[in-house]
Amino acid sequence: MTDLERLEKIICEYKELEPGTLTPETTFQELELDSLDLVDMTMACEDEFGVSIELDDNLKTIADLLDLIRKD
Amino acid sequence: MSFRILGTGSALPQCVKTNDDLAQILDTSDQWIRTRTGICRRHVMTTETVTDLAAEASRKALEQAGIVPEELGWILCPTVGGDYITPGLSATLQAALGAHCPAMDINAACSGFLFALDAAEGIFARKKARYVLIAAAEGLSRIMDWEDRSTCVLFGDGAGAVVLGEGESLLSLHLETKGCPEPLHGCFPGGNSPWLSVKPENHFVHMDGQEVYKFAVSTICSGIETILQETGVSPEEIRHVILHQANLRIIDAARKKLPIPGDRYRLCIQETGNLSAASIPVLLDFCRRDQLLKPGDLMILCGFGAGFTSGTALVRWEP
Repeated sequence: MTDLERLEKIICEYKELEPGTLTPETTFQELELDSLDLVDMTMACEDEFGVSIELDDNLKTIADLLDLIRKD
Repeated sequence: MSFRILGTGSALPQCVKTNDDLAQILDTSDQWIRTRTGICRRHVMTTETVTDLAAEASRKALEQAGIVPEELGWILCPTVGGDYITPGLSATLQAALGAHCPAMDINAACSGFLFALDAAEGIFARKKARYVLIAAAEGLSRIMDWEDRSTCVLFGDGAGAVVLGEGESLLSLHLETKGCPEPLHGCFPGGNSPWLSVKPENHFVHMDGQEVYKFAVSTICSGIETILQETGVSPEEIRHVILHQANLRIIDAARKKLPIPGDRYRLCIQETGNLSAASIPVLLDFCRRDQLLKPGDLMILCGFGAGFTSGTALVRWEP
C-alpha cells in the first residue's frame, strides 16, 4: 500500500467516505475538516506512519499532509 | 491510608450567557461555538467574588458531610487565582467559612483538583487531619480577552468542593507536569517598576488550540490506560469517567480511543464551559445530585491543562 493509500484509508474512515474518492489535491476545506479534525488526522498519521508531525498553518491539502509525514 | 469523599458541593454565578449572547458582542455564532466546543452557555461573575463561589460550594459539601468548618484540618484550593494575587483564595475562603486550620492554594491549572487529591492523600497518610476540604474555584472571565473569540467563548466561572475524611477510596493516582508554557498561558499584569525593561504581555489567557487539543487527547488516553493496566480494573468496571470539561471534541476523541463504554462519560460542559480546576468537582457534584453515583462505583477522574499538567485518579465512591 502506498503512503497516499494509507493516508486515504485514515481520512476515509474518519469521514466515513468511500475509498477512491480522494486525490492529493483534495483540500481539507472540501472535506469539511476543521482545525481540530486536522489534529485528529495528524495524530492518526503519527500512529500509522510512526512519525512525529509538527502542526503547520499551511496544511491545506492531502499532498501537504503527505509532505509533512515524509519530512520527519 | 488515603481518604473517602464525604460530601460534594458546587456553586455557579447567577448570570448566564448563551452563545447567542456572545454573538452580540463578538463575530461568532451559536453554531460555530457548539460544533467546535459543545458549549451552549456559561456562568460569569457580576457581583460575586471567587471567594463567594468557593464558600458556597464548600458550605454545601460540609453540610452534606455533616462537618462544621471548625473540624477541618486542612483547606486546599486548586485555582489559577482567587480574588487577590496575594493572599491566596485558601486564606479568604478560610475567613469566609470561619475555619481555623492551615490553608493553601495549589496552582496546577485545570489539573489542580488532581494535584490537591495527591496532597490530601499525603495529609491523611501523615495523620495531620481528620477532615480536608478541597475547594476549587475559578473566576476566569476576569482574565479573558473578550475581543478574542477563539478563547473567551470557552471558559466560565464557578466552584466545586469536596470534603474528605479518612478512608481507602483512592485506588490509584498519577500526576504529570511537562513544562511547556507557550501553548496556554496568562501573564501577570504589568506593574510600574521603573527598572523593568521588557514590556509585559497583556494579562489575558493565550491559547494555541491545536497544541492543547493534541496534548489533552494524548494525556487522557495515556493516563487512563496506565491506571487500568496498573490496577487490573477492566474498562467495563468503570462506572463513571469524569474528565476535565475543556471541550466536547476532546472528550469525544478520547472516548473513541479508549476501551471504556461510551455511556460512562459524564458531561456538564454544555452548561458551564471550561471551569479550569473547578470543572471536575463541579461535575462530580452534579453526578451526585442527579443520583448517578452508587456506593461501590468505580470512577476515573482526569484533569489536564496549562503547564502542561495532567492527573488521573481511580476512586471508589463510598460516601
